Amino acid sequence: MRRAALGAAVLGAAFLAGCGEAQQVTVYKQGKYQGKPDTQAWNNAPPAAELRGSAWNKGDRGSWETAINQRAMGQNEDNRIYKQ
Amino acid sequence: MARMKFLCDAERCIECNGCVTACKNENEVPWGVNRRRVVTINDGVVGAEKSISVACMHCSDAPCMAVCPVDCFYKTEDGVVLHDKDLCIGCGYCFYACPFGAPQFPQAGAFGLRGKMDKCTFCAGGPEADRTEAEFKKYGRNRLAEGKLPACAEMCSTKALLGGDGDVIADIYRERVLRRGKGSEVWGWGTAYGPGKAGAQPPAGGKS
Repeated sequence: MRRAALGAAVLGAAFLAGCGEAQQVTVYKQGKYQGKPDTQAWNNAPPAAELRGSAWNKGDRGSWETAINQRAMGQNEDNRIYKQ
Repeated sequence: MARMKFLCDAERCIECNGCVTACKNENEVPWGVNRRRVVTINDGVVGAEKSISVACMHCSDAPCMAVCPVDCFYKTEDGVVLHDKDLCIGCGYCFYACPFGAPQFPQAGAFGLRGKMDKCTFCAGGPEADRTEAEFKKYGRNRLAEGKLPACAEMCSTKALLGGDGDVIADIYRERVLRRGKGSEVWGWGTAYGPGKAGAQPPAGGKS
């Protein structure tokens, strides 16, 4: 009886393990993307003014994203045509 | 968190191939390799011709990454799918897996030997140190590290091709669609599959 209960518990645990969800989101490791080394864009110093890139604080992801999103909004010519 | 995406507005694309030229020039892509190309349907049919600019779509769950036998792909924190040419063996599995035909293989020599895979990097370079000569030679320019967007999108004369954070470009596109007065129709069932018989309703559960 005890053996059967133990067996059922082990079997139950094995079945429940099948319900587990594997991590599907990429987990970033410092300095590496899935085992490959690469530098994040915001960890570079902003380019010189003559290269006409955006300006951000080196290492600050938020300021880089703000700069790149501001640049992306430049693609919206409706701002230029209708909102002046 | 930014998720870098491309979006091509088929209502605006005039098949000028400016994006293709901009990409080839910016990244000095070799002969025979087109990281971006313009696909046209109903070519020459007045009123029915539609064009769209296609390159790597930087899929959230990229099939090329799944099939690569040497696991040379990686996805950056901005959602850009990149690959390591030092690991690539040029097998071509990614080409078969990709629904957009994005992976390209340079051919060289008398027997047309297939080289290592080359594809759109969203102008984000590769594993080499950013903004270096080595990175440029292998992967092209790293414009994201210069605070710029991909050259194809920035060069698009009609602004049909939008590139950048998915949320930002979706907002731009939504604003355009509302101004055109098409609303949900622009990507809905009717646009994809046609109106069908007069008065026919789309199947229950279908997207409007």
